[in-house]
Parts: sequence; C-alpha cells; structure tokens
Amino acid sequence: MRPHTRWVAVVSGWGVLLFAAGVTRARAQESHIGSLTGHAAAGKPLYTRYCAGCHGDDGDARGENAQWIDPKPRDFTMAVFKCRSTPTGTLPTDQDLFDAMTRGFVTTNMPPWLPLTHHNRVDLVAYIKAFSPKWKTGKPGTPITIPPEPAATVASILHGRELFQKMECWKCHGPAGHGDGPSAKTLTDNKDDPIRPYDFSTGSRFMCGVTNRDLYKIFMTGLDGTPMPSFADDIKPADGWDLVHFLRTMQPLKTPELAIWNAWLASHAAELKPIGPPGSAQ
Amino acid sequence: MRIRSRSLLMIALLGSAAMVTPGAPPAAGAISGKVTYTGTPPKMKPIDMAKEPFCARLHAAAPVLTENAVTGPGNALRWVLVYVSAGDQGSAPSTEPVRLDQRGCQYIPHVLVLQPNQPLDIYNDDSTSHNIHPLAKVNPEWNKSQPVGAPPIHTKWEKPEFIPVKCNVHPWMHGWHLVLATPHYAVSGEDGAFSLQGLPPGKYTITAWQEQFGTQTQDVTISGTETKTIDFVFKATPY
Repeated sequence: MRPHTRWVAVVSGWGVLLFAAGVTRARAQESHIGSLTGHAAAGKPLYTRYCAGCHGDDGDARGENAQWIDPKPRDFTMAVFKCRSTPTGTLPTDQDLFDAMTRGFVTTNMPPWLPLTHHNRVDLVAYIKAFSPKWKTGKPGTPITIPPEPAATVASILHGRELFQKMECWKCHGPAGHGDGPSAKTLTDNKDDPIRPYDFSTGSRFMCGVTNRDLYKIFMTGLDGTPMPSFADDIKPADGWDLVHFLRTMQPLKTPELAIWNAWLASHAAELKPIGPPGSAQ
Repeated sequence: MRIRSRSLLMIALLGSAAMVTPGAPPAAGAISGKVTYTGTPPKMKPIDMAKEPFCARLHAAAPVLTENAVTGPGNALRWVLVYVSAGDQGSAPSTEPVRLDQRGCQYIPHVLVLQPNQPLDIYNDDSTSHNIHPLAKVNPEWNKSQPVGAPPIHTKWEKPEFIPVKCNVHPWMHGWHLVLATPHYAVSGEDGAFSLQGLPPGKYTITAWQEQFGTQTQDVTISGTETKTIDFVFKATPY
C-alpha cells in the first residue's frame, strides 16, 4: 500500500468511526414518547430555566436551592431513579421519566410540570439523560409484566395482610402503616441522607402515582436509591394484587377495598393475629 | 504482509495466553506479608441489635463488634484487601461462584472480593428479612428484599468497582463487594497476614486498601519462583 492511499484509508476509517459515534451520541440524547421525539439540545434551555435551580447546571443535584430542600433533588449524574416500570438496578424508560416529571413528587419540592407543553417535557427527558454515560452504554430495563387486576375480595385482602407480615413491610412502614416501624428512624438513602418510609395514614398520593397499578409497581420494582427494595423475587405476580388490596385498607380513603374490609372486620376482628414481631400485640 | 504478521502476532498472543492457564503452572513467585497499623484506630464497638430480637438472641453471649477497623494482637489489621494494581499479565477472570451470607444480621464475609462477571450467590440464613442494597455507582445500584426462606439471589458485577453494601432494615449491617480485574488478590486475616500466589516473574504494583484508612502501594519485582515479603503499615485515626 502506498503511503498516500494508506492515509486515505486511515482518515476515512476515522471518519466512519466518528460518524458512528456521532449517531450513537445523538440517539442517546433523544427521547421517544408516543410519536414525539425529544432532543437534548431543545431541552437544555428549558432545563436551565426550570430545573437547574434545584438539580444544578450539571445535573448533580447541587443547584442553589438544593441546600434548603429535603428530600434532596435527584442527582441525574447517578442515573438512579425511584419511579420505574423496570426492574431494580435498571434504567427507567423514557415514559417513566416523562411520567415522573409530569406527576411531580408528593411530599417533596418537585412539583408537577403540567404547565410545560408535552413536547417541552419530552425534550427535557432527552436532556436529563445526557448527564450520565450510563444512557450511552446501557439501555432501559424491560418493564415488568403486570397481570390484570382481579376484584378485591376478603380473601385477597387477608392474603395481602399475610404478605405485609411475612415480607416484613411493617419493619419500616409500621404495623398499621403509619411509617413508624422499628427501622423507620434509621433509614438513609444512597447519599446517606435520612429518609422516611411512606405513611399510609396520610392518605396522600404515593411517591410514584395514585393508582393501584402504580402501587403494584412501587413494591415490585423498588424505589432505587432509597431503602425501599424490590419484592419481585419474593411476591408472585398475581399475589402482588392481594398486597395492593390490603395496602388500600390502610389509607383513610373511601376505597372499595376498605369498604369490603370494614364489613368483614365488623364480625371477624377478633380472628386476626396482630402484625409485627412474633408475640407482639398491636 | 502487514496483515499476515499481525495475525501471526495474534496467534502468538493466544498461544502465550493458553500457556498461562492452569494445568502445569509456569514458574511463579509469591508476595506475602503483614498489614498493621500505627496510631489509634476506632474502637470496635458492640452492636446493639435490640431492634432485631432474632439476631440479638443469637449474639446474646457475645455481641458482634463493628467491623470498619478490625484489629488484632501486634497491631494486626484485618479485612485489608491486598492486590496487584499494575503489572498483571492477564488471565481469564474466575468463573467459580462466590458466596455471601447474611447470618446473625452480619455480612459474612465482611469483605467479599470477586471478579467481573464472576457468579455471586447471596444467601439469607436468618429467620428475619433482609434487604440487600449494594450502593454501586459504576455498576447498577439495586435493592432487593430477601425474606425468610427465600432462595439465594444469583447475580454478578460487570465492572471493577469497590461497592459498599448495606441492609436498610438493619442499619448496622455493612459490607463490601470488591470487584477486581486482577485474579491476584488476598484479604488480610485476623493476624494481618496475606499472601499473593502464582505471580509470574515481572514488575508489580501492589496496593493495600482499608475501608477507613485508604490505600497504600508498593512496587515489587518478582524473578523466578521467589517469595518476596512486603508489609503495609496504615496510619490509623479514630474517626
């Protein structure tokens, strides 16, 4: 090979590589929600205006407001997200990020971003993904399979109550779901900041939504970065609904589950074993 | 011509890699020594497990002590990772499964060393639930519940990283998954002793890592089948 042709080969080789890298990079900086495609470049000015105050210009949760906020804003450089449809330890889908941003996070400083247009939020999803190389090297997890929800019955609630005891949900959430279990006070997140378990007695929305399906996803996928683990290896998919039905009876809301439960409790309360450590009285 | 010489080189490399695989090991040396401390390490404090009656009962006679700086007679320092951080001549990572136990509300071992993609089996031997929460940054951070009687969790780590592991339900439970590219490593024992075996002749950088006192390195040259002795002394501080 003559020196000249070799140079051409080398230069064009690099060209192809750079082009390929460019395409991958562009992909990683896109988001796809339905028929919309979001672009990181379009998301950047929106981010600077609406998000950087807390999440920081570099996405590292060190915005000027962050020091006043508890719980702390999400650190996008870690690419660890609470609300996912995907298994623990995997990246969320674009839709998961879009939903979280749209919904906001109850009991935190993160408001719902409904005032922004659909397309604005899709662009922001693309920009948020630009803060961590994990989006370039990895793909979102495969969303968990959720069977259709059966109707709540006394049997499903009772089985859910058994699971609440057996899975030791009460260790953090408390025997009555008040967020006051024996481990509640020592919980910390992945940055060693103190964090509280959900208190069902507030009747508030959940961290990741309002529906029974959202509740199902919370304990099956876990809230990554927090003490809330995934129970996907321990609770069979169909049994997950039983736990959902029981958890709904712990909220001071007029849920159908609570109506069924109260009707049954009226004549059966004495049959129940208390929830909590063996031998404890509730 | 160029292509042919490159493929010849590849064959030669593959050949030499094959020669390193176990069977009749080539001439290899070893590095051994002891890890100690000077100064004042933190006290090993008894852990109060009252909030977990099952585990408190198990350790009623002798409470478990904190493990962030485990010391022994003669200023020995336990649970120190000693490994080849430079000069490793390459070999296939181990595929032998390693085991982590959650027993008596402790991680056993406290410091678990493994290689990328090496199978890791995590067992809950206790009559209480645990959640295992490796706080990985390079690898994915995950958090799984493992109730009483649950089967082992089969997993692995893909990339080298020192990963702190905790159980949120039992905040005193703390351990490490140390994922190393090199197969040449040892963890110091109760007497602070360590030994790195099977090192082919060459120049090595040996690093010692202690979770609270940081890292130290020494350069060592191995020729033939000699055993070199090197010691590491960490400057301990109580906090």
